[in-house]
Amino acid sequence: MQQIASEPVLMQPIEERLELVRFKVDKRPHIRVHTEACRGCDLTPCVYVCPAGLFEILGGEMHFSYEHCLECGTCYVACERKAIEWDYPRGGWGVSFRAS
Amino acid sequence: MHAQQQFDVIVVGAGPAGSSAALALARAGLRVALIERGEYPGAKNVSGAVFYAPGLLAELLPTFWDEAPFERYITRRVLTFLGKESAFSLDFRTRHFAIPPYNGVTVLRPKFDRWLASKAVEAGALLITSTVVDDLLYEGERVIGVQCRRDDGVLYAPVVIAADGANSFLAKKAGLQREFSAEEMSLGVKEVLRLGEHAIEERFNLTGDEGMASEYVGEATGSVKGGAFLYTNRDTLSLGIIVQIASLAQERVRPYELLDRFKQHPAVAPLVRDGVTLEYSAHMIPEGGWQLVPRLVRAGLLVAGDAAALVFAAGIFLEGMNFAVASGLAAAETALEAHRHGDFSTATLMGYRKRLEQSFVLQDLQRFRLTPAFVNNERLQNLYPELLCQAAEQVFRSEGRPRKKLGSTILATLRSKVSLWTLLRDGWQAGRALFF
Repeated sequence: MQQIASEPVLMQPIEERLELVRFKVDKRPHIRVHTEACRGCDLTPCVYVCPAGLFEILGGEMHFSYEHCLECGTCYVACERKAIEWDYPRGGWGVSFRAS
Repeated sequence: MHAQQQFDVIVVGAGPAGSSAALALARAGLRVALIERGEYPGAKNVSGAVFYAPGLLAELLPTFWDEAPFERYITRRVLTFLGKESAFSLDFRTRHFAIPPYNGVTVLRPKFDRWLASKAVEAGALLITSTVVDDLLYEGERVIGVQCRRDDGVLYAPVVIAADGANSFLAKKAGLQREFSAEEMSLGVKEVLRLGEHAIEERFNLTGDEGMASEYVGEATGSVKGGAFLYTNRDTLSLGIIVQIASLAQERVRPYELLDRFKQHPAVAPLVRDGVTLEYSAHMIPEGGWQLVPRLVRAGLLVAGDAAALVFAAGIFLEGMNFAVASGLAAAETALEAHRHGDFSTATLMGYRKRLEQSFVLQDLQRFRLTPAFVNNERLQNLYPELLCQAAEQVFRSEGRPRKKLGSTILATLRSKVSLWTLLRDGWQAGRALFF
C-alpha cells in the first residue's frame, strides 16, 4: 500500500465543506449498515471512499450518519461485505444541489 | 383505476435523458408523466459539466442556444500530464467551436436540468417532483407502470422509460443490470468556485462567452486511478477529481483530500487562487464503458442515460450528457412507434437498441471499448505523466553544458524507469485504445 501524502493537505475540514450544501434531513435514515458484518473488516473501504466522510470506526465499532449524505451510492458499491443497505431518501428530502 | 393515473408513457428521472424523452413524447401528443425524486430537476444531479454536441437538441428546440442556460461555449481544450512539481500540457483552441449550436458548452446542472424539464412541461408533460419511484409494476413479464413512494403512488403506462441515473435501481429490479463492481464505477467530487467573469477571462485567455475544458492525469489524483478536471463557467470554475472506486479504497485516501491536493498543485494553485467555494458535490459515474451497458429493453421498459451506463469516458473524451440526450430521444422514438402499432413487446421495443447501434451512442462505446482499461493502466496513471515532465525538463534544461540531440535525451529519461519493451507494449495499447 502506498502512502500518498506525507504533508497535511486538507484545506478545509469536510464538515465545513458540507455546510455549503443544502440538506433537508429526513428523520428516517436511508442508509442502514449491518454493523455486525463490519467487525473484523480491515479494509473499511466505506471510511475512505465516502465523499462526505460519514463512516468511522471508533473502538472497533462502525459508526455512521446519513444526514449529510450526498447520495452518490459509492459506499454500497465499495463495501465487499455487502453490509450497507442503501436507498434514496423520500422524495424531496436529502441533498439539493443548487450551484453545481 | 383513475383516468389521471393512466399515461401513455412514464419517464422516471428528469435529467437530460428523461427530460429529452418527455419533451419529444409530449410534442408528439402523448400523455407523459415525468417523475423526479429531487425537489426540482437537477437537485440530485452532478456533472463536470460539459455538455458536448448540444446540437442534438436542435430538432426539438431549433434555437435552443438563445435561451438555454449555458455558461460558456468551449473553444479551448487542454490535456495536462501532471508530475509532482511540473506539468506538460497539450493546449488546443479554435474559433470553429464558437458557432451555434456549439461543439460543447459548460452548464450548471440545477439550472440546465430545470430548464430542459420546463421545455417538456411546456410541451404538455406532467412533471411530478419530490417523488421516488420504488418499483415497477408488471402484468406477467410486461412492465405496465410504476410504484411511487407516496399515497396514491401507482401510475400506469404501457411504456416506462427508466432514466433514473447512475444507481438505476429500476434497471436492476427489472433484471436488466447486474450489481456493480468497484472497478467499473467511478466517484466524482467537485467544487464550484466563484472567481468573477473578469478573472476567468484573464486567467484562461478567454474572450466574451468563450470557455475552456481542461483535464489532468498523473499527479492530479496521486496514486489513485483517475483524473481531474477544471471547467470555466460564466463567473465560476467547476473543478474536481474523478477516481475509480476500487483504487480509492485500495489506496485509502479520501476523495476530498485528493481534491485539495489537486487544488494545491503548483500548476493548478495559481488558476484557482482567491476562488470562493460555493458548493461541494459528489456523484457516482458508470465509467466501465461497453461491458457495463445493461440489457436495454424488456417488454414495456426502456433504460436510458446513466441508468444504462451510457457514459463515454475514454481518456481524452469525457462525455455523458450528450449520450443521455441521444438515448432519451431514441427511447422516445421507440415508445412512439410502439404506440402507433399498439405493441409494447420486447421485439418492438428492441428498435431502441437498433437506434442506439446506428448512432454514436453504442458505436462510440463499442469502438473505444478498450479505452477504459487502458486509461487505468498503472503506468499511464502513475509513471508516464511524471516521466513526460522529466523528459521535457531535460530538453529545456540549460546548464552551460553541451546538449545531446533530443532523441537520446528523451529516451534516456524514459528508459531510466521503464524498459523499451514495456514502452512499446504500452504504446501499442494506446494505439489500440485510441488511434486505430
